Amino acid sequence: MYQTSEIDANIARLRQQIAGTEAHLRQLKVQLSRAEQQAKEAHDLGQTYDGGHPVEWQAETLAALSQKIGSSSRLHEDGIPATTPQHSGEPLLLSSGDVSSPSSKGRWPLSTEEYRRYGRQLILHEVGLQGQLRLKSAKVLVVGVGGLGCPAAAYLAGAGVGTLGLVDGDTVEVSNLHRQILHSTNTIGIGKVDSAVDYLNGLNSLVNLIPHRAHLTPQTALEIISSYDAVLDCTDHPTSRYLISDACVLLGKPLVSASALRTEGQLMALNMPPKPPGDASGGPCYRCVFPKPPPAESVVSCGEGGIVGPVVGVMGVLQALETIKIIATGTVDRADSNGKTSEMHSKANEAPAPASPSLLLFSAFSSPPFRSVRLRLRRTNCASCSAQATITEASLTSGSLDYVAFCGVTSPLDILAPHERIGASEYSKLYRSSPHILLDVREPVHFELSSLPGAINLPWSECVAKPGEALLQDVERLTQGREDEGRDVLVVCRLGNDSQLAVAKLKQAGWQGAVKDLRGGLRAWRQEVDPDWPDY
Amino acid sequence: MAESSAPGGYPIPITVEFTGGLELLFGNERKHKVVLPARLENGSSPNISFLLGYLVDNLMQDERKDMFIMEDSVRPGVLVLINDADWELEGEDAYELQAGDTIVFVSTLHGG
Repeated sequence: MYQTSEIDANIARLRQQIAGTEAHLRQLKVQLSRAEQQAKEAHDLGQTYDGGHPVEWQAETLAALSQKIGSSSRLHEDGIPATTPQHSGEPLLLSSGDVSSPSSKGRWPLSTEEYRRYGRQLILHEVGLQGQLRLKSAKVLVVGVGGLGCPAAAYLAGAGVGTLGLVDGDTVEVSNLHRQILHSTNTIGIGKVDSAVDYLNGLNSLVNLIPHRAHLTPQTALEIISSYDAVLDCTDHPTSRYLISDACVLLGKPLVSASALRTEGQLMALNMPPKPPGDASGGPCYRCVFPKPPPAESVVSCGEGGIVGPVVGVMGVLQALETIKIIATGTVDRADSNGKTSEMHSKANEAPAPASPSLLLFSAFSSPPFRSVRLRLRRTNCASCSAQATITEASLTSGSLDYVAFCGVTSPLDILAPHERIGASEYSKLYRSSPHILLDVREPVHFELSSLPGAINLPWSECVAKPGEALLQDVERLTQGREDEGRDVLVVCRLGNDSQLAVAKLKQAGWQGAVKDLRGGLRAWRQEVDPDWPDY
Repeated sequence: MAESSAPGGYPIPITVEFTGGLELLFGNERKHKVVLPARLENGSSPNISFLLGYLVDNLMQDERKDMFIMEDSVRPGVLVLINDADWELEGEDAYELQAGDTIVFVSTLHGG
């Protein structure tokens, strides 16, 4: 009796197991059939969109799709009991724990960390999964890690650009910090590239950062730029702007160029689309827009002219945005083995969007502050991107192209005779004892920061626009009631350039009295006489 | 109708703007209202080439003319925009000015 009931129980258990296993078998067949159907649909969809679903991770996605079917609720809906094997051994269905476990390598196109980190841009139609994957595989070069390059690099690293190259040969100075947001008080004196790498690593360690710790030269430009897909010109001088543009044209790279000074900024996407030289459908290069360099004396740096931090920041952020647009939309593909960046078309044989070049002007204190203007197309006689181009890879690497000579250099102004100038140390002994008119020709905002006792402010920017007689009248008017100072004039300015021009102009206009300037300006005064003099 | 009603036509009011530092040559004023004659002495209509000379003679307050004009055109590094388009898209200095036009002179910036 006891044995019989035991055997009966065993038979019942076996029948139950067989029934359960047969149910699992049916479930598996349903899953297989559905997975095959979905595979076919995904394949057909892939064919329809031609690249909408990258081949390299179709397998992973299909695996994920078939796992979803295994959820018990889904099986219940289909009227098939969701039984779980009671016996030990390998489970026949994937448990829900496996589905929600941390993403194993290759299962999803992005890592768990990347979904979280880039989630806010991933859910945008303009970026999405495809855009993020393109950003991840992109290599972007930021030339110049200053006021433009710092915010640009920060946003590119934040957005998940896979490889970010940084080019700069300068070190961090305290006067950089009001606008160059990757650098800090702690990194003063350190190379800008290393300071930036330090910050960007902390921001997003998923980005592969490549430091280039020297300024770009004609000899190095092609080699460095060739391994990137897009370039940002964040430099501060025409010489580097022409060099970077020429190299980008030769290598077929899109170039996002920006500049800023005082309260204004300018932005252009150049060589976009990046067609070979001679192809009129390519975007214009820097030489198409500016075939001749500006006179060297018209080139003003941020150090000389000043810059509002957020103004250059806005332009750098816009550069990052323009670059993200170019990459995420798949307008250009990755660099191929020859170092050329090719265009990627979402549909076979579709003509690429024609170039519609524009220049964005930003003027912070104007209303409205932004203005976008249409630019010309490629210049048919451009030295860089036309069929008649004279600039070649050989002329760059051999060093036969002299960008410094092309753009001209301003040598230190030296238009006065030695007896018309006085050194700071010498003047420090004379300026209290010897009566004279002290004329400070800096702008009023400079004068307000610091001035020598008794100095009269007459900005050179006003003097230069006036005829000589009007200048004499100005000086007469300003010195009324100060006759005890005599007729001798000492002219000072910031660095000792405008003061020479003012001396020459006063003499030419016929000033009655000796006229001299302070050699080296108030900078020399600080260096030689008064170390507490404000250094701005 | 308007052309036939007045001998030589009506004067042409336009807006001229300077930016990128060029405003410093024009009394530090960015925006200027300018009225040009409808017909020049030689009977032609005023074009950009005429405007350049007009601005130097009438509006420019700085003696350094070559900071704006070189070899009878704008100096290298200055873009001329006709109604928000590069002047090279509109016929450059031969473009004949129309009432209401906005002409912008932009000096390229280099800082960064």
